[in-house]
Amino acid sequence: MKKIKCECGHINPEGTVLCEACGKPIEENQHIEGNDKRKLLNMRYDGTARRSLTYNRSIVDKIWSFFSSVKVGIWLIVITLIASAIGTIFPQEMYIPAEAPSRDPAIFYEAEYGIFGKIYYQLGFHNLFSSWWYMILIALIGISLVICSLDRFVPLYKALKKQKAKRHETFLSRQRLFSETKQVSEEEKQKVVEALKKQRYNIQNENGHILAEKGRFSRWGPYVNHIGLIIILLAALLRFTPFLYLDEYVWVREGEEKVIPGTDGEFYIKNKAFTLDTYDIDDVENERFKEAIKKEGEPIAENYESDVVIYQAEKSAVTGAEPELKKIIEDNITVNNPLKFSGFTLYQAGYQLNEFKTMSFNVHEKNDPEEKALGTFTIDLMSPEREYKLDNGFRVKVENYYPDYYLDNGEPRSESKYPRNPAFVLWVYPPGSEERELSFIGIGKNIESQGENKYKIGIEDFEMRDVSGLTVRRDYTLPLFIVGAAIFMIGVIQGMYWYHRRIWIHPKGDGLLLAAHTNKNWFGIKKDIEKVISDTEINMVVDQQELED
Amino acid sequence: MDWISISSFMLYTAFIIYLIATFFFGATIKDKNKEHKKGIAGTIGITLTIIGFLAQMGYFIARWIASGHAPVSNQFEFVTSFGMTMVLAFIIIYFIYRLSILGLFALPVAMLLIAYASMFPTDIAPLVPSLQSHWLYIHVTTVALGIGILGISFVAGLIYLIREVDQSVRNANSIWLEIVIYTLFLFIGYIVITTAFSITDYHAEFEYPSDNNVLTVEYRLPAITGPNEGNLLSEGAMQPWFESPSWVDAKKLNTVIWSFFSGSIIYGLIRLIFRKRFGAVVQPFLKKAKPDLLDEISYRAVAIGFPVFTLGGLIFAAIWAQIAWDRFWGWDPKEVWALVTWFFYAAFLHLRLSRGWHGKKSAWLTVGGFAIIMFNIIAVNLILAGLHSYA
Ligand code: HEM
Repeated sequence: MKKIKCECGHINPEGTVLCEACGKPIEENQHIEGNDKRKLLNMRYDGTARRSLTYNRSIVDKIWSFFSSVKVGIWLIVITLIASAIGTIFPQEMYIPAEAPSRDPAIFYEAEYGIFGKIYYQLGFHNLFSSWWYMILIALIGISLVICSLDRFVPLYKALKKQKAKRHETFLSRQRLFSETKQVSEEEKQKVVEALKKQRYNIQNENGHILAEKGRFSRWGPYVNHIGLIIILLAALLRFTPFLYLDEYVWVREGEEKVIPGTDGEFYIKNKAFTLDTYDIDDVENERFKEAIKKEGEPIAENYESDVVIYQAEKSAVTGAEPELKKIIEDNITVNNPLKFSGFTLYQAGYQLNEFKTMSFNVHEKNDPEEKALGTFTIDLMSPEREYKLDNGFRVKVENYYPDYYLDNGEPRSESKYPRNPAFVLWVYPPGSEERELSFIGIGKNIESQGENKYKIGIEDFEMRDVSGLTVRRDYTLPLFIVGAAIFMIGVIQGMYWYHRRIWIHPKGDGLLLAAHTNKNWFGIKKDIEKVISDTEINMVVDQQELED
Repeated sequence: MDWISISSFMLYTAFIIYLIATFFFGATIKDKNKEHKKGIAGTIGITLTIIGFLAQMGYFIARWIASGHAPVSNQFEFVTSFGMTMVLAFIIIYFIYRLSILGLFALPVAMLLIAYASMFPTDIAPLVPSLQSHWLYIHVTTVALGIGILGISFVAGLIYLIREVDQSVRNANSIWLEIVIYTLFLFIGYIVITTAFSITDYHAEFEYPSDNNVLTVEYRLPAITGPNEGNLLSEGAMQPWFESPSWVDAKKLNTVIWSFFSGSIIYGLIRLIFRKRFGAVVQPFLKKAKPDLLDEISYRAVAIGFPVFTLGGLIFAAIWAQIAWDRFWGWDPKEVWALVTWFFYAAFLHLRLSRGWHGKKSAWLTVGGFAIIMFNIIAVNLILAGLHSYA
């Protein structure tokens, strides 16, 4: 490696733009930071040698340079930004409304949004945020973050550590804020130093050359925040492992007890009751909401709540035997109040009101105006039996069951497997006879096959219940996200609300040169300087910035 | 008086005070004093601004008491808070930089926001279950504060552009600047026309088929465009000139058309009177403001606002979403647009690290950032409704 020795005696690594110790521009390297064309020195990394700008021979060098370029980083951010925006033009696949005529994305987008919808779907924008190329964009941002931070942090850290109070004259005169004063007394200079100390500047004095510095730690802000971002990206990666991240959904009916998915049969849940409350306008408490509720036109939900019991299965000695359940928690779950146990969290996520639980029927003679029951039977709608034997010898056989009945072009079908609108095709066998009769029965429907049945089936009664939809989560990556976000916030605050300010005083003849640099908030450092020189004859620094647009 | 009328009264008062304060900031243009030295007009201006801000705080508190929850739960309440935080951000920046001209632009923008907000239903509404969380207040107020500060960067950027762009020539800079100003006039048009017809209490009811139902919709502006296959029910109301396609919300489209109409007329009148671009009319008054200070302020506002926005719009949002909806991030349109906003300002900060991105380019970026913020508030609600459809 070619080292560069500066006239101050300091030995700089290859690629250095400004001597690490005295700041004198190193002649042959000025093009690197574009200083050769300008009066002002580029101070971003104090003119340190950065790997990305120094070596450009091997393929590794090229990749390194590519990813450490802020320009490339910005492009990656901008492309991701535009892609994300496009991803919101039409709903993402998971947000296709439940009431859409077809939720199949291949049909939905074209049917709803025409040709644009079709293109959108074919380009994969309907699932943008889990598409491979979106992931790659995010990954590239991550790689870029790591490389650019390493590329700059190490040299910057070293340079700030090695910097000397005594700086080369050209270094000062080519700072944005600079002034020269021909005649300054030692006393005045002392006053300035005292005033700087009062403003909490750290003072280094090297034979009368002064470096006053404060807020250096704010320079590490970007590196801290980038570390936070990297942790967040890692956490997002870890989500793909099922042990660290589990996401299940369970429907539990009122009164039902079932195993909680994802817990390997260890935990069971029982739904005691689901309640949906709406705002009651007659309640004086809600008087103030009257107008809004009226405008809404339908009741506004106030609370969704599932009262549940969680059981833990005791490991039973006999495999296959029903596990012994031990109650561990009895509590309610509402939106914004999930239930936590053993690393799992249950959220109130959905509900289904008034699902049918059981239905009881009677058999009577068709032309009996009083419909006197000859026999009754009850069907459990979640698990109907094949045949029911009635007390007085009648038998009823279930030919067909449509839990969620609808007519599809004259064909009876079931929309779902949930008993929301149950209907049956039943065979009725009178006592001691094989002369069976066919009946179709559902809510508000009672049809006989040939119209010459002797017996008729009627609905006597039914029981309804609600269903709670709960998400089951186990997420061990959350702490990592929290740590990442916290580090990110610390980093941005460190970098944005504090400033690295440096003021150099360089004795020259009977007077001195004064120069200053800050990484942001120039207005603030000018105010600092105004204050410290206010009692002296020292000239105020001139802002030499070349405003370009 | 009950709390709710106190709160509307306070908001109205705040609005009027901001208006008067604007005139005082306008008067500072004539001040012979050097900038950052306090002139009397500027002092009165900032004092009034603070009083107006306190009045608006009064609105906020009274409405909180009246409804039992922090007034940040619907479009009216949220955008009003945005106007309020923008005034707060202006006050803070004023005390750092003492630049009175900033008030001349910041207050009208804040007033425009408050007026825009007031066009939405102002009834206090109960909270649906997912909103019943303290995180609602924490998240929304922090977001409002963040975008309020970012809004000031837009204001400083806009002043910079009006001052620096040569408006006597026709080029991309001057045309785009005029488009931005024209857009602000469309908001004025929207507010004027909505207020006018709400004073005359205009109503027109339509019924129209949707899937298998017949729905009704009530227009508060005469229908230039009616619902698809709609049928006017109200007597004496204007028949629509044309029907909207079935996939758009006809009422919203109608409002947009009216805003364009009336905004363009107001803009046209002003151009007729001055026979110049609006920007060119204002430009001579801005000579005193130093461009590099404006540039610094607009950058500084982003530096201050970015962490606040990150905290409120991403981190607090994620915490709440985790508690309420079992996932801290769901790619819902509002969330994605918060991310887009965040990416945008991150790109801005990185661009400022390099040479050549100060001055005009930087000012244009602050305009772009504000456009994204407004897009998230207006368009995402109107067009891309999601979980956040309430605000
Ligand atoms: C979404 C992703 C990113 C965010 C939110 C972010 C955030 C930030 C912030 C807030 C700063 C401080 C800026 C300032 O002080 O004015 C910063 C600085 C910086 N960022 Fe990023 N960054 C991101 C991605 C990247 C990428 C991909 C690169 C790679 C090229 C990069 C390179 C840098 C550099 C070189 C600095 C300046 C460091 C210094 O001043 O010492 N950033 N970043």
